[in-house]
Amino acid sequence: MSEAEIEKLEIAFEQKITDDVRIEPKDWMPEKYRKTQIRQISQHAHSEIVGMLPEGNWISRAPSLRRKVALLAKVQDEAGHGLYLYSACETLGVTRDDLYEQLHTGKAKYSSIFNYPTVSWADMGAVGWLVDGAAIINQIPLMNTSYGPYARAMVRVCKEESFHQRQGFEIMLKLANGTEEQKEMAQDALNRWWWPSLMMLGPTDAESVHTEQSLRWKLKRKTNDELRQQFIDQTVPQAEVLGLTIPDPDLKWNEERQSYDFGPIDWDEFWQVVKGHGPCNKERISARVGAWERGEWVRDGAMAYAAKKEIKKAV
Amino acid sequence: MKNNWPLWEVFIRSKNGLEHKHCGSLHASDAEMALVNARDVYTRRMEGVSIWVVESKNITATNPDNNGELFEPAQDKVYRHPTFYKLPDELKHM
Ligand SMILES: [Fe+2]
Ligand SMILES: [Fe+2]
Repeated sequence: MSEAEIEKLEIAFEQKITDDVRIEPKDWMPEKYRKTQIRQISQHAHSEIVGMLPEGNWISRAPSLRRKVALLAKVQDEAGHGLYLYSACETLGVTRDDLYEQLHTGKAKYSSIFNYPTVSWADMGAVGWLVDGAAIINQIPLMNTSYGPYARAMVRVCKEESFHQRQGFEIMLKLANGTEEQKEMAQDALNRWWWPSLMMLGPTDAESVHTEQSLRWKLKRKTNDELRQQFIDQTVPQAEVLGLTIPDPDLKWNEERQSYDFGPIDWDEFWQVVKGHGPCNKERISARVGAWERGEWVRDGAMAYAAKKEIKKAV
Repeated sequence: MKNNWPLWEVFIRSKNGLEHKHCGSLHASDAEMALVNARDVYTRRMEGVSIWVVESKNITATNPDNNGELFEPAQDKVYRHPTFYKLPDELKHM
């Protein structure tokens, strides 16, 4: 293609973005848009899949059948979210195997939050309430993202998320109104998950390398700082209902801004975790890679069986 | 990697009386497994009463580069719409 032709395509593409016309898989798109989208959607898919690990670890130890079916259904949903997103990502011309490979070799990132351990049952409450809560805030604007398959996947995901947060909140509510010891468990979980949940919404706008271009292409519809503020404003009253204390001495209502002011975030910790030095990075990836490798004979067996059936059909 | 499971497109009828609608794709070794996986991935909340799966490579699609010649000719055929025809006001129903 000549440069003039490419320029014409670029103009038509930018016009679609401006007019809020969705970009669909076979439409022409700038290579950088495609790459950025692959990165964003695959990171999101990896987060859903790795996100099953910290909670999956508690299914067999749930305190009642009611809690167990709910947690099991939630973790199963996260697998579904990963699958919707991988298939959206594959429409951009990347294969599932490439995507897995990037995750398994550490080339691709997933949400930093899943590198923290889940040490008590109260963590199932805190994760559902805070982590899924933050995820919802991040995902709702993405229902309007410019890439059609991603936007459609987000609509399904968002529909399913709200039960996740409610089941988590319910766990917290029960503990917070339980014995002294149970209340302490709930407070301890909040103490450990609060700051990582704020970090999960991404680096501050000043530090975020991709934000500006992503906003322009409507791949992202709100900045990380906007999302974080929204999360805090929404969560503080919920903590009050629980009677728990958010572990931030600087947290205080700002009448003028009609928002909460909050204390400094430890970004060194965030970058440590992103770079692979969080408490559970190694454990998460090795669990994921192990599951993939142990499943190889099943995948091969299924293909061999399918091939055998094909041959039988032919004769 | 060898032996990759092929990609399937999934279509779901949400209730009788409605058409099957595309809802996404998934990998499976054969059609039977694609149906079972589609049930788990796309109908966990009673979203469907019937599922179709088609191996993605069997779908032929129009090329968006040809959208002009394919779809624009319909734009100036206003006479295909009822509003094109001017009828007297006395005529109550038509
Ligand atoms: Fe999810
Ligand atoms: Fe979730």
